[in-house]
Amino acid sequence: MSLMSLTAVELGKKIKAKEVTVVEAVQEALDAVEKKEKDVNSFVTVMRKEALERAKEVQEKIDNGELTGPLAGVPVAIKDNMCTKGTLTTCSSKILRNFVPTYTAQAVANLEEAGAVIIGKTNMDEFAMGSTTETSAFGPTKNPWNTEHVPGGSSGGSCAAVAAEECSYALGSDTGGSIRQPSSFCGVTGIKPTYGTVSRYGLIAYGSSLDQIGPVAKDVTDCATILEVIASHDTKDSTSVEREDYDFTSALVDDVKGIKIGIPKDYFGEGLDPEVKEAVLAAAKVLEQKGAIVEEFDLSLVEYAIPAYYTIACAEASSNLERFDGVKYGYRAKEYQGLHNMYKKSRSEGFGAEVKRRIMLGSFVLSSGYFDAYYLKALRTKALIKKAFDKAFEKYDIILGPAAPTTAPKLGESLSDPLKMYLGDIYTISVNLAGLPGISLPCGTDSKGLPIGLQLIGDCFAEKKLIRTAYAYEQTREYAHSPLA
Amino acid sequence: MKQFETVIGLEVHVELATKTKIFCSCSTEFGGEPNAHTCPVCTGMPGSLPVLNKQVVEYAAAVGLATNCTITQNCKFDRKNYFYPDNPQNYQISQLYLPICRDGSIEIETEDGQKKTIGIHEIHMEEDAGKLVHDEWGENSLVDYNRSGVPLIEIVSEPDMRSADEVIAYLEKLRMIVQYLGASDCKLQEGSMRADVNLSVREVGAKEFGTRTEMKNLNSFKAIRRAIEAERERQIDLIEAGKEVIQETRRWDDTKEYSYAMRSKEDAQDYRYFPDPDLVPVIISDEWLADLKARQPELQTEKMERYKTEFKLPEYDAKIITGNKKMADVFEAATAICSNPKKVSNWLMVETMRLLKENDLDADQIPFSPENLAKLIKLTDDRTINSTVAKEVFEQVFANDVDPEVYVEEHGLKTVADDGALRSTIEEIVANNPQSVEDYKSGKKKAIGFLVGQTMKATQGKADPATINQILVELLK
Amino acid sequence: MANIISDETIEYVGILAKLELSEEEKENAKKDMGEMLDYIDKLNELDTTGIEPMSHVFPVHNVFREDVVKNGDGREETLANAPERKDDCFVVPKTI
Repeated sequence: MSLMSLTAVELGKKIKAKEVTVVEAVQEALDAVEKKEKDVNSFVTVMRKEALERAKEVQEKIDNGELTGPLAGVPVAIKDNMCTKGTLTTCSSKILRNFVPTYTAQAVANLEEAGAVIIGKTNMDEFAMGSTTETSAFGPTKNPWNTEHVPGGSSGGSCAAVAAEECSYALGSDTGGSIRQPSSFCGVTGIKPTYGTVSRYGLIAYGSSLDQIGPVAKDVTDCATILEVIASHDTKDSTSVEREDYDFTSALVDDVKGIKIGIPKDYFGEGLDPEVKEAVLAAAKVLEQKGAIVEEFDLSLVEYAIPAYYTIACAEASSNLERFDGVKYGYRAKEYQGLHNMYKKSRSEGFGAEVKRRIMLGSFVLSSGYFDAYYLKALRTKALIKKAFDKAFEKYDIILGPAAPTTAPKLGESLSDPLKMYLGDIYTISVNLAGLPGISLPCGTDSKGLPIGLQLIGDCFAEKKLIRTAYAYEQTREYAHSPLA
Repeated sequence: MKQFETVIGLEVHVELATKTKIFCSCSTEFGGEPNAHTCPVCTGMPGSLPVLNKQVVEYAAAVGLATNCTITQNCKFDRKNYFYPDNPQNYQISQLYLPICRDGSIEIETEDGQKKTIGIHEIHMEEDAGKLVHDEWGENSLVDYNRSGVPLIEIVSEPDMRSADEVIAYLEKLRMIVQYLGASDCKLQEGSMRADVNLSVREVGAKEFGTRTEMKNLNSFKAIRRAIEAERERQIDLIEAGKEVIQETRRWDDTKEYSYAMRSKEDAQDYRYFPDPDLVPVIISDEWLADLKARQPELQTEKMERYKTEFKLPEYDAKIITGNKKMADVFEAATAICSNPKKVSNWLMVETMRLLKENDLDADQIPFSPENLAKLIKLTDDRTINSTVAKEVFEQVFANDVDPEVYVEEHGLKTVADDGALRSTIEEIVANNPQSVEDYKSGKKKAIGFLVGQTMKATQGKADPATINQILVELLK
Repeated sequence: MANIISDETIEYVGILAKLELSEEEKENAKKDMGEMLDYIDKLNELDTTGIEPMSHVFPVHNVFREDVVKNGDGREETLANAPERKDDCFVVPKTI
């Protein structure tokens, strides 16, 4: 049995107990990568040499008692939109294909401090714009459950790497569902924390008001453990929040008695695959049997989340991505006539189609004459959506629904119709608009054998309730390893 | 012939005197190797995030309070999007929707001594851009981000000025206020104060404003004056020729005394302002505001009153000295050492002003230390040197900030003291000038002046005239 | 499609966003943007009168730094990824 089939916490225990060395664990991860990458393509950069060197260093620190945490020595993969000092960080874009950051993202630095060994940077939709990991400039990642299918996105590389057991766990980022949806497609567990819980410093921005880094792993215990390590109040990120509770693992309790769960009727209407619906409702039943109080309710405004989201995210992205101009770093066109032509050529050659599409839309909604009608309207809608959730959380502890309307589509099916692809984000997007925490965890497979994800949504800063509910549900099932594991 | 009136509003950028940049902990120090004062934040590295320097808010609010503005107690930052290489993120963090100060005014004195109120539309906080160096012969420009992220406030006036004189008076008043607050050194030449001039003309009596242009790159009061005159003429010429003034930004070339339009088809002037999601609102509570008010330093009017009462300076002196922060600082520091406010005031009002003018310097640029002025005054007070020598020494203090004690010693300028040498010199002069002695004794008291003069000549000016006078009176009894 | 995006609009947005699109990309952009805007127009069904635009979900405010210099000479790191550098500066096509 491979060490990579263990959860991160299990492997961490074995390392601590000296049953395995850090080098052995890391070597196994690297071997798995070596063997599986041709099928999965989860990684943009594999850090073979650095990881093995770092493994020795971490082993020493474990041996001399400097590192005692649960993740010390456990191999991790990092989504390629988080800066890692000295290691290529591309956002899966041609425009950053040679960019080597001079500093490390705070969330990654927190992991390193806890003794994590980074084995590589994972593939993603270019600049996190997409839901399939097909917009990567380095080729699509494939779903370890069926390589003819997409892994979801944008953290497709991270989720596929965990599902394919190329690493013990991974970090992803979630702007509109980019952790939860691919977790669902790949049969793994992922948390999008409350906005401000994990520092965004060093996360290459897509939609700054929506982006959050979160864990992707095999189970809820791992996710809570990882979140406990990466979450911090960071003075380098003005939107970072100082929380009272960082002890997320204390919520790993198999007890949901009295927990009030609301199921939004709006999440079970048109467009939802019947098999997904069945699996998700069955999960609700399980929780009810364990003592939770489950009710249906009207969340309202669900259909307005996507247009509001795309307006806000694209507007912010159009500005966030202005810095990629061929002057300071990244790709510069080979031939150009003067400054503005250099900008245009570098950006047009450096960005892919989906990124350009969103930059164009974002620039337009902010432009003179349209700002009020589109951008401010979207921010007002966001306020209403937040209010609708506030109202729901007066009554319920947890909102339960699917993570995505379907299981993973086949490669090549989604990009031809962007609007349809955007509609797939319907259950995840409003969580980002309202800054809420959400978790996606496996709740079954469809008739094609593809995983189905259950999404639980908590109120702001209510990660512990979320973790507890997810943990209690998880105790009723076995973790299903993907065929590529 | 038609009579035209010029309507002018100013956008004044002031670099704040903080130690660090507005959104990162890099030094704002002037100079340094290119890009030495930079970090991921002020160079727009991917993933970097801004964190606001509290001192910037305090300086901006202080300027607002001193210019009678209303402080926006819930203000925010917005992004102004435009591509230019001196702007590493290709957006500038500024304030459009909720600037920190609004609706203020300052009072200026016009040439004819009348008071006039100039409205201040708003003051907002923003970041400065980097510097572009143009390779004259090559095809490239070089970018240095040392200035990128240096905090600025932009003070936007109402279109209340009608002449270059009013503009200069406004700028001088503004500069004085900001300097008093210690919020900036406001040096036009070094760019820590920059003024863009919005100018239009209209026929006298017209109700509507004409189309305005914005003039940039004005690096001195003289350039501002010339640019205003030239732009006024240019617009009047256009109107009289039946042409239209185009609303545009123009760049002033002071050596050619000519401006040209900065338009380009790549410059859409559509900045797509929106609230910066990376920064949170600044809420200035009533308590904070009260604290800011309590901490406002003494401004000119208060200082002037204090000088009149505490130092017994005449109104005129008090006004001139407090008219410039640097001059007032030198005055106070020198007075604290030598305890002779009237003499300090005199040295500043007469010799200092004369030498500043001769050297074409501003009062800001007073080149000597108050310690050396105080020492000089002490040397005259205890009659170590006489006033003629003092003036000569002061020129050295002004030019090279020399230590007067050392200088007097080294150059043997001490007054010849009342003993041996001086007394015998005087006795000799008395003996050699019987006519003057006779005149004096017969009542022509003025004759003593000649004898004093002769003594000064004989001592090469090193004797103290008062002492000579005293000895002479004694000898001639 | 209710929103018809003109060639001029695409041209204009291209100037704002500094993107140079091929003819084919322009046609696609016109179609995609029109469709997206039609979809976004759905927001007009909502009455948002009196609702404040919400930029930040949490009422976090007054996050400041003290005015203390902490960064040293950042030259090498700043210029480490420069596509072209000269005399410790970034090189760009002449701007005037």
